Amino acid sequence: MTGKVLTITSGKGGVGKTTATANLGVALASAGARVVCIDADIGLRNLDVVLGLENRIVYDLVDIVEGRCKVRQAMIKDKRLSDLYLIPAAQTRDKTAVSPRDMIRLADELRAEFDWIIIDSPAGIERGFRNAIAPADIVLIVTNPEVSAVRDADRIIGLIEAEEKGPAKLVVNRVKPEMVRRGDMLSTEDILEVLAIELIGIVPDDESVTVSTNQGAPVALDTRSRAGKAFRDIARRLNGEEVAFESLDSRDGFLGRLSRLVKPGGGA
Amino acid sequence: MKLFGWIRGGGQSARTAKERLQLVLVHDRADLSPGKLAALKDDLIAVLSKHIEIDIRAVHVELTRERDRQRLVADIPLAPPRARRREAS
Repeated sequence: MTGKVLTITSGKGGVGKTTATANLGVALASAGARVVCIDADIGLRNLDVVLGLENRIVYDLVDIVEGRCKVRQAMIKDKRLSDLYLIPAAQTRDKTAVSPRDMIRLADELRAEFDWIIIDSPAGIERGFRNAIAPADIVLIVTNPEVSAVRDADRIIGLIEAEEKGPAKLVVNRVKPEMVRRGDMLSTEDILEVLAIELIGIVPDDESVTVSTNQGAPVALDTRSRAGKAFRDIARRLNGEEVAFESLDSRDGFLGRLSRLVKPGGGA
Repeated sequence: MKLFGWIRGGGQSARTAKERLQLVLVHDRADLSPGKLAALKDDLIAVLSKHIEIDIRAVHVELTRERDRQRLVADIPLAPPRARRREAS
């Protein structure tokens, strides 16, 4: 078994990298893959709380790198999925405690045992980002439909190409279809036109993400959630399936379909 | 509040966002800020003016973006012939 290393990054903070990492981990593991998620945001650990595993941490990434524990000892098994694991970040150290070479060595060790090694990158373009992309086979860039987030995504695309880790794929997160339709939010088409990058997912802004994060149970576990569905679709695309991008039209139901029939091509 | 936001947005703000984004990316990608571009334009005018008389106020220098190539486009109109002749005599 030779696992693939998937790095989730963005440049800008707060766009949903950690949420995407947790949900792709859950979605891929639910589909039968063996998955380990690594929190590379040293000093600002958060993937543990999004996955609901914060009470089980004993060792962390820096303990592995500095030889205080074996890799297996730092891996926390998920509560719900037997083939999902977390390697948490250290909370009291900084990004210089780990080097890109350490990350490559760790990822290579994990490849033998896992199908997917998902790395949650910190925001920024410095050491933490370099650590996160060093072992990557596939890079996903998360952005939001905002000028600042798309600008940072563009910068990151350039850096990933310079490191020969490209071409990266784009996840547009927190899309509000109603605002896009009204002309008050950048559409996915607008963003793709500006960035010239392949799209792998469109995730709607969804209150169920907040609820699931409150509970420490990623939304991809919730079959009724639209955001959860979007993350599961990304996981299927990562597995090579052709999955059509859902139109994020919120006018669901009879009236919605009717209005689309009456006014074709009106939506985003 | 919601109504106020709707009136201000007016269904046009996405277009504004896209235009601002395209402009800022053109400058980011070339690593040439609008201020540096203005300085470049001034230098360009100074050099060209040594050789030919140009209509300084009508000069346009801008960065443009095609599919995968960026371009520095300068539109440099010459001074009207009458003005040139007058100064020559």
